[in-house]
Amino acid sequence: MSVATQDTAVSTGRATRVLIYLILLLFALFYLLPLYVMGVNSLKPLEEITGGNMMALPGQWTLDPWRQAWSTAQIGVEPTGLKPYFLNSILMVVPAVAISTIVGALNGYVLTKWRFRGDTWVFGLMLFSCFIPFQIVLIPMAVVLGKLGLAGSVPGLILVHVVYGIGFTTLYFRNYYASFPTELIRAAQIDGAGFFRIFWRILLPVSGPIAVVSVIWQFTNIWNDFLFGVSFGGTSQPMTVALNNLVQSSTGVKEYNVHFAGAILAALPTLVVYIVAGRYFVRGLMAGSVKG
Amino acid sequence: MGFLDIRNVTKSYGQVEVLHRVDIAVEEGEFLVLVGPSGCGKSTLLNMIAGLEGISAGEIAIKGRVVNGVHPSKRNIAMVFQSYALYPNMTVGQNMTFGLEMHGVPKPDRDRALAEVAKLLQIDHLLDRKPGQLSGGQRQRVAMGRALVRNPDVFLFDEPLSNLDAKLRVDMRTEIKKLHQKLRTTIVYVTHDQIEAMTLSTRIAVMNKGFVQQLGSPKEIYDTPANVFVATFMGSPAMNIVPATVVMENGTAHAALTDAEGQVQRLRFSQDLRAWEGKPILLGIRPEAITDPEGADRKSGNIQSLRNRVTVTEPAGADTFVTMTVSGRDAIARMRADANVAAGQVFDFAVNMEKAVAFDPETEQRIA
Repeated sequence: MSVATQDTAVSTGRATRVLIYLILLLFALFYLLPLYVMGVNSLKPLEEITGGNMMALPGQWTLDPWRQAWSTAQIGVEPTGLKPYFLNSILMVVPAVAISTIVGALNGYVLTKWRFRGDTWVFGLMLFSCFIPFQIVLIPMAVVLGKLGLAGSVPGLILVHVVYGIGFTTLYFRNYYASFPTELIRAAQIDGAGFFRIFWRILLPVSGPIAVVSVIWQFTNIWNDFLFGVSFGGTSQPMTVALNNLVQSSTGVKEYNVHFAGAILAALPTLVVYIVAGRYFVRGLMAGSVKG
Repeated sequence: MGFLDIRNVTKSYGQVEVLHRVDIAVEEGEFLVLVGPSGCGKSTLLNMIAGLEGISAGEIAIKGRVVNGVHPSKRNIAMVFQSYALYPNMTVGQNMTFGLEMHGVPKPDRDRALAEVAKLLQIDHLLDRKPGQLSGGQRQRVAMGRALVRNPDVFLFDEPLSNLDAKLRVDMRTEIKKLHQKLRTTIVYVTHDQIEAMTLSTRIAVMNKGFVQQLGSPKEIYDTPANVFVATFMGSPAMNIVPATVVMENGTAHAALTDAEGQVQRLRFSQDLRAWEGKPILLGIRPEAITDPEGADRKSGNIQSLRNRVTVTEPAGADTFVTMTVSGRDAIARMRADANVAAGQVFDFAVNMEKAVAFDPETEQRIA
């Protein structure tokens, strides 16, 4: 027997509700399990891992694996830890995200508010770039970087990621600005504001949500990229490549605790970005698609 | 030469011409309303004056200076948009002074102009708010304030009242009229609402299909419409247009038409229509020119009687609208609220033929 409630359109009984929460809880635990394993094992000495239960809490808590991973672990031939590579990644990611987002915003602005003959074609071609797999552009990109003298350097990697990211950022900003009233641009023109002034004073201040989307997307992709990093990184390889070198080394004892700590270190920046800006991410994604 | 000259202005997109040789001279202090149905080219013309759209042929001059190719911000015009187009990230005050800032006016001068206009429009208490926190009527005022603050030569209004609810629209209409009477500025105003056009304007340009159908004072447009389109577009309910034939009787022209029963009735013209004897015409009579005999205009020298059956009565409060069939078409009479008519009844209508007009059925142009 069930009594229809007045406040919800679809009424659910108490039992159904408990079941739903239980299932959700199970999924959440299942989803968090890898993080738990990584966290727990990065805080125990190696013997505890090799000697037995991976799921158990540390018998003896220690931060040594983290210290090792950060500053003394053997990466390739040098015992530098992940620190220099982490810096490489930061030096690459920050400008690459900033440049690709700004260029994407400008593209979106031009493609919606300063229409020109053939603009839909230009946009279509830029969209096309979103569907090109990384592997296809490796050789042409290597040639271009070589000709520019940027091969094996951080600026080279920045260029690669900016070029590859512009398609996505342009798509985001174009769709967002498409619902921005053109009358505002016209009003600003009559008021005497020029191309960049309108962009800077009228459009950018309301672009927060979509800028967050673009930054999160670009940050995650560029930070997590391995292929471009290993192909064009040269002496300034990013964090992902270093992590691979740490984990995949075939000499000596496998220090799982250090590997776990290193993996968390490599994932940390993207996690922070998501936690800080996550709710804007969803809001921004919606804002682009549905007016309101 | 006027204050704002629109000379033979044409607009075409590729092969399609959407505006055909528009020629209007606006005097200083005039309130010109461009009115017409959607797609008639009125907004395009306004955007061309503003400089937001290019001019395909002809020229537009403001104060004697040809402005074809002059950037919108350098034409010394201000525009109020239908959506108000207030910058959402700026306060009301910043919105209103943005144009002055862009033109490099120093801060103290901007503040002085802002204070003056804000006081005039009674929005001084709103200056620190964001547009999102304002009601529709307040946004409308801010949009007008933004235009006023720049003290332009010409104000352009693009359907500024169409986003407001009915009551507010009437209030703001009066506000705009008051403002114009006080400031005596030159205004070009676009609307599709013929009542706005009638009430606000000193002159109206009725447009349709890219042509200016008629340019004249509200009274000219209303009393002597140039063609059937203008006659039916202006006025609500629309002017009754019924087929009739011109017949001569005692040396004067009469309109012969049929009543609901098919009987021929004759209404004497005030105009001289001898040349049209025996020919078909379209007779145009405004609903308020057909009344009950007691409600007829006493100053009129030509009240004709039309005996006809009433089809429907619609009491509208202030008036009662009475529908009948004339020459096979519905015709509406506007009567006093307490006029004693009922549906089905045969009634003696009083037709004020001084206000009647006649159109050529072929060209639909007015002939008398």
